[in-house]
Amino acid sequence: MSTVASQVEVPADVSLPIYMDNHATTPLDPRVLAAMMPYFTEKFGNAASRNHSFGWEAEQAVETAREQIARLIGATAKEIIFTSGATESNNLAIKGIAEMYRERGNHIITQVTEHKAILDTCKRLEKQGYRITYLPVKADGLIDLDDLARAIDEKTILVSIMAANNEIGVLQPIAEIGRLCHERGVLFHTDAVQAVGKVPIDVIADNIDVLSLSGHKIYGPKGVGALYVRRRNPRVQIAAQIDGGGHERGMRSGTLNVPGIVGLGKACEIAREEMASEAAFLTGLRDRLKEKLEANLDYIHVNGSMDHRLPGNLNVSFVYVEGESLLMGINDIAVSSGSACTSATLEPSYVLKALGLGDDVAHSSIRFGMGRFNTQAEVDYVADKVIDVVKHLRKLSPLYEMVLDGIDLSKIQWAAH
Amino acid sequence: MAYSERVIDHYNNPRNVGQLDKGSTEVGTGLVGAPECGDVMRLQIRVNPATQVIEEAKFKTFGCGSAIASSSLATEWIKGRTVDDALGIKNTDIVKELSLPPVKIHCSVLAEDAIRAAIGDWKKKNSAPVAAVAAEAVAVAG
Repeated sequence: MSTVASQVEVPADVSLPIYMDNHATTPLDPRVLAAMMPYFTEKFGNAASRNHSFGWEAEQAVETAREQIARLIGATAKEIIFTSGATESNNLAIKGIAEMYRERGNHIITQVTEHKAILDTCKRLEKQGYRITYLPVKADGLIDLDDLARAIDEKTILVSIMAANNEIGVLQPIAEIGRLCHERGVLFHTDAVQAVGKVPIDVIADNIDVLSLSGHKIYGPKGVGALYVRRRNPRVQIAAQIDGGGHERGMRSGTLNVPGIVGLGKACEIAREEMASEAAFLTGLRDRLKEKLEANLDYIHVNGSMDHRLPGNLNVSFVYVEGESLLMGINDIAVSSGSACTSATLEPSYVLKALGLGDDVAHSSIRFGMGRFNTQAEVDYVADKVIDVVKHLRKLSPLYEMVLDGIDLSKIQWAAH
Repeated sequence: MAYSERVIDHYNNPRNVGQLDKGSTEVGTGLVGAPECGDVMRLQIRVNPATQVIEEAKFKTFGCGSAIASSSLATEWIKGRTVDDALGIKNTDIVKELSLPPVKIHCSVLAEDAIRAAIGDWKKKNSAPVAAVAAEAVAVAG
């Protein structure tokens, strides 16, 4: 691709392109890869083979991983079920609980900024006669606990609220939600894909009954995830959605992805050991980026709470600049946008709209997802580049010019098309 | 998505960015699109009253790279043409010139709309002596 408009110099210690989209996926940590490698080649056994050493070796590796995952979230190894990823974990949790507890009730509570793996699963259940309540979020992206308390009724079997949002990084008050659910005798599932390994989660202290997590969001491999299913107080039962050889205590059949599971386990072990220092590092990078942008640009809007937020997330709307045109100008930096033009549906982000933002502000949003392998020099370059390109595009923006001239854009009769 | 070299060129070096005095009777202004839809184009022309030739064209666009390129190209093409000649520019010409993919065809449609709106505004201002004052009031609305 040819050069872009920006003339920002690339420092010697920065190599392009820069990856800053760590909510989409993370690079595999080399330590994770090293742990996985033997299980592709010489240690290739099927963990379900009970009568020879190849199987025992694989089974041992799987049990070690189960232990590593359990330790990260305060669970026990027997409570960890392996899946192909968080989408499957979310499907299994919600459909499996809905099916198993059908006689007790048919009401499920979730909220509007959940991932599609939750929302679309709930929509399917609605067609099957379940009643779903989608709680709204406040302008800062958090649910209102009073709304949740009011929504629970005698037919409610499950509350599913994410721990951290994938677009705006907002952390829901899961400990309070868990306490409320347990007081009311309702199961609590959390999609913790973005939160696990980034912020402390303890399934006992937080009263979580079922939890979804994924390998590739925590510097582990793609195609592997896990579901925590509580065994005591209460013992949660889940109806299998995939039938077969009865693997994973009958909850999820299918030959285990041993290298992937080993990688997920190692990724969890590293995350547990390094979470505190990494969170401090990423919070520093994020705040640095935010301060630089705010110091150099007007009309920028941070989407979602800054007080309850993942360390590495910054979601900003550069108002009066369309998101895709901004991405085009910073094409040596991998980030993502809530702009409709970047989505398959041509609709702007439903998460940003749920915060009460106008479509025009949603169209202008960029999600920066900083991770383990980003550097301060990269953040400085990204800030300089974004500032430069936003200024270029605002020179072209009729909206920016009109606002500076004191025109109220909401008073104009736009010819929608 | 991969952009064509022509789109990147217009994005990096947009032609004829700016504004003309929308109060002038020689100037026509077209403002099309909506912020909610993710694109707004403002295209302005200054027409020589004697020759009907568009002597100056300016634009500003809020939108994706293809929308910026479509409107930038539109100003390039209409400059030096008579208003009637400029009305002959079709969105499909823009699609072809910029190699726009199907998902970006609406950007070219918007650019054609902007040309028509600007010329329409100019014609309204110049159709009858009494209309000039009224046209000024609605110029912003496009």
